[in-house]
Amino acid sequence: MITLDHAYVLVGLMFLAFAVLTALDRSHPTRIRNTLFWGLIAVSMLFGAKLGGLGNGVLVLALVALGATGKMGVAKPATTGPEERVERAERRGNALFLPALIIPVVAVGGTLAAKYTDAGKWLIGPTQTTLIALGLGCLIAFFAAVAWLRPPVSAPAQEGRRLMDSIGWAALLPQMLASLGAVFLASDVGGVVGQAVTSVIPLTTPLLAVIAYCVGMALFTIVMGNAFAAFPVMTAAIGLPLVVHQFGGDPAIVCAIGMLAGFCGTLLTPMAANFNVVPANLLDLPDRNAAFNGVIRAQAPTAAVMLLVNIGLMYALAFRF
Amino acid sequence: MLVLLGILVVVAGFAARLNPLLTIVVAALVTGVLAAVVAGADAAGLWRAGVDTLALFGKAFNDNRYFHITWLVLPVIGLLEREGLQERARMLIGRVRAATAGRLLLVYLLIRQATSALGLTSLGGHPQMVRPLVAPMAEGAAEKDQGEISDETRFRIRGMAAATDNIGLFFGEDIFIAIGSIVLIVGFLEQAGIKVEALHVSLWAIPTAIAAFVVHGVRLWFFDRTLKAVAAKGGEV
Repeated sequence: MITLDHAYVLVGLMFLAFAVLTALDRSHPTRIRNTLFWGLIAVSMLFGAKLGGLGNGVLVLALVALGATGKMGVAKPATTGPEERVERAERRGNALFLPALIIPVVAVGGTLAAKYTDAGKWLIGPTQTTLIALGLGCLIAFFAAVAWLRPPVSAPAQEGRRLMDSIGWAALLPQMLASLGAVFLASDVGGVVGQAVTSVIPLTTPLLAVIAYCVGMALFTIVMGNAFAAFPVMTAAIGLPLVVHQFGGDPAIVCAIGMLAGFCGTLLTPMAANFNVVPANLLDLPDRNAAFNGVIRAQAPTAAVMLLVNIGLMYALAFRF
Repeated sequence: MLVLLGILVVVAGFAARLNPLLTIVVAALVTGVLAAVVAGADAAGLWRAGVDTLALFGKAFNDNRYFHITWLVLPVIGLLEREGLQERARMLIGRVRAATAGRLLLVYLLIRQATSALGLTSLGGHPQMVRPLVAPMAEGAAEKDQGEISDETRFRIRGMAAATDNIGLFFGEDIFIAIGSIVLIVGFLEQAGIKVEALHVSLWAIPTAIAAFVVHGVRLWFFDRTLKAVAAKGGEV
């Protein structure tokens, strides 16, 4: 059975290859910093389970020191030029899309197979099925592409390293925020927020409570970069005690729409790195390091309107059904 | 109240434009140590609380390694880009006469939202879909529609391509009953002593999903006009 641990070994080996190639790359603007950064991620993926809590904590401190104390440069390994790419695109034709499409097809197919077929259950482990299937899809697509395109041996790792460098330390942000969420949970930050909000703002009508819950979800998501982290805090603080218990809102409606109000916050925050910062880096946007980069600015009008819509929908639906 | 300083650290670090990785670690340590202060710990106890918090953070960090599995797409995408994948995407869309950047992204919004609602969230995404395919196609459509486009226009299109992927995903996935957020809601309510069906929760994500399609769809419908106005003024609109 393929489990998360197998996927971690694969990811670890990939980061190890990135680190080794960076170490050998004399033209890299920040050779040592990037070598150590990708090397430490390789260590985490390969040996993280053996390091223990404190060992991993020290590893995090080292990664933060590397990522936060200076710029991480981007490698420029030898690759094909613009004219060459147009010429190759014409020669290869639309078949070039096929390896790229293998990845989602295997990811989706594998997820469904693992859920509904015995063979799938035998092949793919039960936790994080989609991610394991995604990794499997990448592996199959990788071998298909290499067999067909016959690139130089180091080309996949070199091209991958170029893209990974352009993402930089933002690659670590979702994992770090999830860990911060664990610390907040252990210290009962949620309970304290709830007491603070209800003691400061008098939420005396259903509408006020709905507004406080939805806006609170969006704001806390902006801070934490993730609606999943905001949901237990704000729902325990305002959603359940006030909107549901005091004013009689339907819990399923309140929670479903409350979560979506949180997603409006996700669209507005640079803390949601994998949605808002990683694409800005991958698309070479000139303002990718700004707090409100081109992706967030493109999302902001939709997010603002949708927050109002969610407040309106919760108020209109939760007390009626 | 003291433990809330951790949240304040995140906000302050962000306002001061500090590196978010640094801000997060500091916020975690501040929260853990202040929780010990509230509990009335002495100096040695505070040091122990700091070490314990670091260990807790490290354990959670290790438990959340699965975020990195996504990066396995990078060597494949890089390899295909080397052979002209982005250029091919542009050529393909250049042949579709009716294609414009706005219309193409509108179709992508519909597909992304519909497939996410069926639980097929991994069909899209920034490294595997937006960078190699959707953004180049939207740029190609705009070039066919408007001729040469400025860098300003190009970056607007790329930003909108990424935004459309996110919006389609966020306001589509909650309709699917087995997605993380629905599981979280059902589990949370169960702990609070309220039993709800996953299907019942996901049903109430539908009104917002429709509204999101209308709101962002209207913006995309007028996106070509916005781009032309940007081009005419040669800058911000």
